[in-house]
Amino acid sequence: MTEVSVAKEDVAATDELVVLKSVNKHFGALHVLQDIDLTIARGEVVVVIGPSGSGKSTLCRTINRLETVDSGTITIDGKPLPHEGRELARLRADVGMVFQSFNLFAHKTVLENVMLGQVKVRKADKKQAEENARALLDRVGVGTQADKYPAQLSGGQQQRVAIARALAMGPKVMLFDEPTSALDPEMINEVLEVMQQLAREGMTMIVVTHEMGFARSAANRVVFMADGRIVEQAAPDQFFSAPRSDRAKDFLSKILHH
Amino acid sequence: MARRRFERWRAPPSTYATHPEAREIVFDFLQGYDVLGAFWTTVQLTLLSAVGSLVWGTLLAAMRVSPVPLMRGFGTAYVNIVRNIPLTIIILFASLGLADIFGATMGASDFKVQGFRLAVLGLVGYTAAFVCEAIRSGINTVPLGQAEAARAIGLNFTQTLRLIVLPQAFRAVIGPLANVLIALTKNTTVAAAIGVAEAATLMKTMIENEAQTLAIGAVFALGFVVLTLPMGLLLGWVGKRLAVKR
Repeated sequence: MTEVSVAKEDVAATDELVVLKSVNKHFGALHVLQDIDLTIARGEVVVVIGPSGSGKSTLCRTINRLETVDSGTITIDGKPLPHEGRELARLRADVGMVFQSFNLFAHKTVLENVMLGQVKVRKADKKQAEENARALLDRVGVGTQADKYPAQLSGGQQQRVAIARALAMGPKVMLFDEPTSALDPEMINEVLEVMQQLAREGMTMIVVTHEMGFARSAANRVVFMADGRIVEQAAPDQFFSAPRSDRAKDFLSKILHH
Repeated sequence: MARRRFERWRAPPSTYATHPEAREIVFDFLQGYDVLGAFWTTVQLTLLSAVGSLVWGTLLAAMRVSPVPLMRGFGTAYVNIVRNIPLTIIILFASLGLADIFGATMGASDFKVQGFRLAVLGLVGYTAAFVCEAIRSGINTVPLGQAEAARAIGLNFTQTLRLIVLPQAFRAVIGPLANVLIALTKNTTVAAAIGVAEAATLMKTMIENEAQTLAIGAVFALGFVVLTLPMGLLLGWVGKRLAVKR
């Protein structure tokens, strides 16, 4: 495991997929992102953790510009994030996003949810899109639910459909914004398993989560944020066994001891 | 005259059966008038204006939620100006202003056709403001996450609105839109102000010529209820069936 992650970090140095440079963002008087520098390599799985209000969700959302930034630059695969319009839409298609509240299109069936982007954005042939969608739904284990509406599915199933919907676009990188926070405990694992499989297959992933087990087992790197800053980043083993900063020690002591 | 009136109100129902001419006497004030034809014009006014205002109202709603400030400004100004002007004035403006001063004939050579088209134009312009606000309130019922998810898979603003937000917004406001449609049906009577031969115009003529004003009023009132009541019931049922489950 360690060897694998070391190998991946070697790749990292030569192939940077997502690069954030001195990114700042304010919500009114609140400075939610303060001079964020973060580089994510192709194939790397980065887990972002930290207390609520530390800016980790906002960070995740700036990467496909669901949130704009006040200053700094974000580049994806060498291209700076476009401001608006067609270019931005094209870039977003390359960046998969999975939300805390699933956000499946409520008036469309599961199958239509997964087909929509392929047909309308990628201009794929309908038949091809449907085949692809069914294969993806099978892959995340909800193939039998294809013709149901999102409201008829459990939270875990909905989130897996949401992952399939993002994967259908053939993204370069996947963003997960607290994907299991809205789930009942017994449904968390089915979603994490899908994510773990994705990580094994070499998908570049940025995961904001409170699931420390997932961070330990699937991440190449843990980024710890507090008060809008990246306080510490390290390999998971190192971070969980010997955190360097007091802020991280404090955070871990609060979540790991019960 | 007095004798006829007496017969009409006092004759027991059985007399109608034994004396078929009784019915003729009761409804003789309808003779010589094309009531159905007038209501058909009302229906035509309603349907054309409904389609037009639905399209224009949806476009206005799209403008009001668009990221372009100029479009938002136009949408807001339009709604706030138009919905606060009495419909009579708008219809009269269409006729006296557009047609007489600016010479807008609406592609009609016939004066009657021109009046009808101007009335539709006025009704569309007016009703669209209400349609816009109904749809906009529907847009507000669609959770923000729906639009975010749509943008996240690379749909642009128009696609997001057309494929994700508006279909859900429409389903949420079928009830309010039914209200607008019912109001529109009744508002078509304002077209009488510019002489369109719809139901209210005929009613006015009949009241001037006949004695049975109450009965005439009742017939036309009933006619409108017959048009609007099923509308409300049907759309209420459709709205329930199409409601988006979350």
